[in-house]
Amino acid sequence: MASRSVFGRVLLVTGGQEFLSERAVRAAVDGIAAQAPEADVAEVVASSMTPGELTAITSPSLFSDTSGVVVRELEDLPAASHDELLQFAASPSPDVACVLAHGGGNKAKGLLDKLRACAAVTEVKTGGPKPWELTGWVSAEVRQAGGSITDEAAGHLVAAVGQDLRALAAAADQLVAAATTAEGKRGRLDIELVRQYFGGRAEVRGFDIADLAVEGKRAEALEQLRWAIANGVASVLVTSAFASGLRSLARYGAARDRGLGDADLAREVGAPPFRLKVLGRQLRGWDADGLADAIGAVARADLAVKGGAGDPDHALEQMVLTVVGCRT
Amino acid sequence: MSVWDDLVGQEPVVETLRHAARAAQERREGGPGRGMTHAWLFLGPPGSGRSNVARAFAAALQSDDVGQADTPESRTALNGSHPDVTLVRTEKLAIGVDEVREHVRGAAMHPTAGRWQVIVVEDADRLTDQAADALLKSLEEPPPRTVWMLCAPTAEDVIITIRSRCRQVVLRTPPADAVAAMLTRRDGVPEALALSAARAAQGHVGRARALATDEGVRARRSTILHIPASLTSLGACMHAAQRVHEAAEENAGEVAARVEEVERRDLRTSWGVEERGKRPVGYQGALSQLEKDNKRRRTRMVRDSIDGVLLDLLSFYRDVLATQQSPRTTLVNAEAAADIHAMARQATPEETLRGLEAILACREALTANAAPLLALESLMLTLRR
Repeated sequence: MASRSVFGRVLLVTGGQEFLSERAVRAAVDGIAAQAPEADVAEVVASSMTPGELTAITSPSLFSDTSGVVVRELEDLPAASHDELLQFAASPSPDVACVLAHGGGNKAKGLLDKLRACAAVTEVKTGGPKPWELTGWVSAEVRQAGGSITDEAAGHLVAAVGQDLRALAAAADQLVAAATTAEGKRGRLDIELVRQYFGGRAEVRGFDIADLAVEGKRAEALEQLRWAIANGVASVLVTSAFASGLRSLARYGAARDRGLGDADLAREVGAPPFRLKVLGRQLRGWDADGLADAIGAVARADLAVKGGAGDPDHALEQMVLTVVGCRT
Repeated sequence: MSVWDDLVGQEPVVETLRHAARAAQERREGGPGRGMTHAWLFLGPPGSGRSNVARAFAAALQSDDVGQADTPESRTALNGSHPDVTLVRTEKLAIGVDEVREHVRGAAMHPTAGRWQVIVVEDADRLTDQAADALLKSLEEPPPRTVWMLCAPTAEDVIITIRSRCRQVVLRTPPADAVAAMLTRRDGVPEALALSAARAAQGHVGRARALATDEGVRARRSTILHIPASLTSLGACMHAAQRVHEAAEENAGEVAARVEEVERRDLRTSWGVEERGKRPVGYQGALSQLEKDNKRRRTRMVRDSIDGVLLDLLSFYRDVLATQQSPRTTLVNAEAAADIHAMARQATPEETLRGLEAILACREALTANAAPLLALESLMLTLRR
């Protein structure tokens, strides 16, 4: 593709991942510069394009034979300029390289569909990786930067930095640079190095803390709670996760011995079937009185974090300690 | 028929208001009119008829004979369609400052029919602090022909600066036989049923009427009264909490869905939105505001519905405690006598009191925005025997 001329063509970049779209646009602009170093590249935001503007930008310039146009936020293009753009896309000038970036979503979908139908238009879809594909994405990112990373280290990096692609890419870049010695030799990125640069956790879910507390892992639960508070997880999400964890446990305890099939049991408990095994394991540390006390403690904490107490963080810690203490 | 007829068991209050209405008439004719005030605060337990009293008073002010005869003026004032009687109430959680400012502007108008400009705030306890502040100026010195009437359960429910600007009228809980007599007279309910409904409703006239006239309401109540005896295990408690919560959600969902559909249609009509095609600018904003309001209303309905259940439970434990003190006492919940006597024998008065306290704590928690299902579970587990 690199050998084919980008001039006389329209590149359409679509997708909601702003970071990836931006990267694709950058790559396209670099491609233009590589093929025609003297080309003028104009960058405009679609919402400011009045009728006639596209024609003005794409018309031959006195200083250079070739030119490039980058139109961002295509979804905001005023309806009055649609026809002009479509006309251009239908027969682009051979001296102009055009890049259109659409920010994803359904806005201006009609325009997109018509653009896709044009012969000169090439579409690049930038879909973000799914949460479970992030580790692989990080590895690929590191490879691209010229390094390599162990799976364990990549997993740790995702846990520490979070799911923001821009931050992950920057982290990968930084780690590769850090692993490069002065002579240009590169070691494999391992978990030690990742820990050295990125400690802590970016994303803690209330459910993880609740599971730890229900399983009696006091220190770990408190540690995770601290991370959650530091990362600004809403207190009510923590209390509601505890409430729902204890609720399924209590319902499971009551329904377990009624001889129901897994599907019925799961419906009765109000949890997905794969949770049943976990619940069975968790229930070993609990009796009815303990569960009753724990639910009471969570109800009190729920009030405390909604303005009933001066310090919601303290109320949450107290709740974790009480819930762990209610186990037999 | 006089405007005062439907006020049950509030004779002393009616006498005061009649006097005030007479004074108001005197003032209109240029006399001194002692006994009339421009700001009133009607206080009384839920269902005692605070807003009905306020409306009756408003109707009396709009008629020439302090509401004795059935005139178009008094009738329209009672049902809220009189141009000079504004009824302010909310189905949401609170009355906000914007709404109040609107009414304060309205309060500055001269009455169209020339008598009195009356603004009745039926849920004054739901005024936000800012809304209450916005009211103060007009409440203290309204135009000569404007009367504010606020209704709240207790004086503590409104901020002190409002309290001190109003003349307070306290309603009592209507006695059960007065409520029963009204049910028989007006709705033709058989006497025995009317009396048991009036007792069960404990002075809440609206609830008494619902219990006496609607089979479904009676059935629901009897299910609720069976809850305390059923709370024998962890599973039963969780199940009871879930059932109460689901019933409340379902109830709110049914009512809300009906109203919301109509409101959405009205909004579409008023913005001129077609099924297909471009939406007018601003419509999306109005729509999302409507959805937000609807969500608040649903929350309120769920909360109110659960509160009703808690009140029934409260009356059950009240009966248990009363029976523990004197076994021959008259029960509020005569239909659940067997459960009540059994529990009175098995539990100690201390335990019963703890139960009562837990129910009250749960009501408070719900007002403080607690997660409803969690609060109910915690309550049921406390009530576990």
